[in-house]
Amino acid sequence: MIRRALRLGLGPGLLGRGLGAHREGSTLDWHGKVSEIKKKIQSVLPGGAWSPLCDTSHLPPEHSDVVIVGGGVLGLSVAYWLKRLEKRQGAIRVLVVERDHTYSQASTVLSVGGIRQQFSLPENIQLSLFSVEFLRNINEYLAVVDDPPLDLQFNPSGYLFLASEEGATIMENNVKVQRQQGAKVCLMSPEQLRKKFPWMNTEGVALASYGLENEGWFDPWCLLQGLRRKVQSMGVLFCHGEVTRFVSSSNHMETAIGEKVTLKRIHEVHVKVDHSQEYQPVECSIVVNAAGAWSGRIAELAGIGKGPSGTLQGTKLPVEPRKRYVYLWHCPQGPGLEAPLVADPSGAYFRREGLGNNYLGGCSPAEEEEPDPGNLEVDHDFFQEKVWPHLAQRVPAFETLKVRRAWAGYYDYNTFDQNGVVGPHPLVVNMYFATGFSGHGLQQAPAVGRAVAEVMLEGHFQTINLSPFLFSRFYLGEKAQEHCII
Amino acid sequence: MKQSVKQSDGTGSVSPTLGRSWEPLRGTGGSQKDKNSLRLVAPVWNRGTSGIRGLSRSVDPEGSQRKGRTLLQFLADHFYDVEAVREYLLQKQVLKVLRKNRSSTYIKERYGPYVAGAYFILKQGGAVKFQDKEWMRPNGRGLSGELWKLREVPIEAVDASGCAITYQGLDNLLALQELQSLSLQCCPHVDDWCLSRLYQLANSLRELSLAGCPCISERGLACLHHLQNLRRLDISHLPAVSNPGLTQILVEEMLPNCEVLGADWAQGLKLGPEEQSHDTASSPIPA
Repeated sequence: MIRRALRLGLGPGLLGRGLGAHREGSTLDWHGKVSEIKKKIQSVLPGGAWSPLCDTSHLPPEHSDVVIVGGGVLGLSVAYWLKRLEKRQGAIRVLVVERDHTYSQASTVLSVGGIRQQFSLPENIQLSLFSVEFLRNINEYLAVVDDPPLDLQFNPSGYLFLASEEGATIMENNVKVQRQQGAKVCLMSPEQLRKKFPWMNTEGVALASYGLENEGWFDPWCLLQGLRRKVQSMGVLFCHGEVTRFVSSSNHMETAIGEKVTLKRIHEVHVKVDHSQEYQPVECSIVVNAAGAWSGRIAELAGIGKGPSGTLQGTKLPVEPRKRYVYLWHCPQGPGLEAPLVADPSGAYFRREGLGNNYLGGCSPAEEEEPDPGNLEVDHDFFQEKVWPHLAQRVPAFETLKVRRAWAGYYDYNTFDQNGVVGPHPLVVNMYFATGFSGHGLQQAPAVGRAVAEVMLEGHFQTINLSPFLFSRFYLGEKAQEHCII
Repeated sequence: MKQSVKQSDGTGSVSPTLGRSWEPLRGTGGSQKDKNSLRLVAPVWNRGTSGIRGLSRSVDPEGSQRKGRTLLQFLADHFYDVEAVREYLLQKQVLKVLRKNRSSTYIKERYGPYVAGAYFILKQGGAVKFQDKEWMRPNGRGLSGELWKLREVPIEAVDASGCAITYQGLDNLLALQELQSLSLQCCPHVDDWCLSRLYQLANSLRELSLAGCPCISERGLACLHHLQNLRRLDISHLPAVSNPGLTQILVEEMLPNCEVLGADWAQGLKLGPEEQSHDTASSPIPA
């Protein structure tokens, strides 16, 4: 009652209108002072977030069941599925910690936004198939009352992978696996390619695989915002800060054979507020590492990899940031509306962007030529020397083009086998991973989020079995190698 | 004679995940709701508002988006019961569309894909033309008895204008491998995803009409390039297409043997009327 009266009494309605005329010329900042006093009184009243010692409204809560480090598409997807699969409404308190709310360096929004089922591992194909079904029905999954429906701007134009003589058999086997899993992919010979895409030069191409359905590209920012909106409406808390420390406890135990093993459990996450030395220890029971390109650093904070190399304690999380460039160019005589996302055997790729003969593309550099991931500056010489020659050879019309814009983004690159890391760590028992997808994280995010939520809630994978992607494979040396990486 | 058909298609292929998404939306922000209700209730005391629209506008920061709020929306913000009723009604509507789009496996097995497809279209309110027969429309008294005898006769034309066909329901149409003419005019649920499935009819389809569909954009039209046997394509009055004139030119380039009816290509260009009459080219020079 009092609160309502205060709110209307001190609201901008009464005071602000009267003093508005003075606002510009006044040096007293009367309006600012009044709003400060108003805020203080409101917080003091019962029910307000007032603590007698200091104001903590900008800090994250002191307790949270799950802390998700990283607010990109993977982190938000895990948060969404946790809230969706929880057994009772409001059973799990989730906190998402994101250090940059503008997402200026996040891989999600800098991505080209493609989705494909043309992978070599069956698990990847299944992840992609579920994710595309999620995207197709996104307005049922992410519906928020009274908010407008999402328009992902999905282009169902498909992916076209080209293979040279050496890669043709591998491509055929991959397509067989993809078809078995339910992907709609077809193989094309060079003559069929020339007939269908007359702008292409098929020299050096022995075989091509073309995705007919459920493949294309979309707007990742829209997906991110849709997830954010929905997840906020489900009660997930967001925090603007950086994780600087984990406080954990160790438990010395023995295995059945008698080996000594030290199990760690994280009890607190220290979240440091931006531009200040203040931090808040958040007591939590589970931490999800969805920090993308910086997951390796978060894992080190938790003590993963601190031990003699060759042992499980000494196995680091092999995820590091790798810089990738994307260039946008204009070519007036380029491929038309039917152009899919074409991936050349040399590694260069391009796709149409919009209706104005603009194209997006790039190339993954060779291992030795990896650019320094310290910043996101674009190297235009890379385009001139490494990307343009391949593009011009494949599409002769691209000999005359003009680069309009370019940007760089990070891959959360898994140096071990370029596939994601999912599930709990064997020693730090309450840290779960959802990272390391090396350039195909965005397209698998909905399915991976569901898988991680299932592992957290049920203890095992229920819908898609992602056991080949567990952390333990780094110690055991079992590579789940993905061959179709762009 | 009314043929009563038993709806014994209990094993209709409703996607399991879609079924799951119909459980009541859990966790729709309890704390958020309290904040909302406080925000909206407080200015009841505020003198400077006029009516319910004024209430939400004066308080809500993004009030300009919600100018058209109805009484039902206002009540739903305050009372959990009204919100639950609203969600239930919405779910019922969506479930209705979903139910209409189930594929009847029983009919498919017993009578073949053509009869199953015809049954589906007629149930939705469209019209079907079997080869060498007249157009079959749903008459008020139920389906015609001749339908069940046409097991081997392929369907050559389907008119599904205004029907609530979705991505799932398209399964029935895609089984008709001799379909030559398809009209999806003003279908509210046909979107870009549905168009990406039409490649399966590429061998036979000659005529396609998408006029007036609210959900189709130029991105869906781009995947019509598979339909190389198409001779007539109608893409007029598509509100979601951003640039109708340019889209028409690009679609014409993509399908060189097809007559594309749509927006006048000069639409969107700032030409005077006398210049327009000179520039009406029949087809642009391919790139």
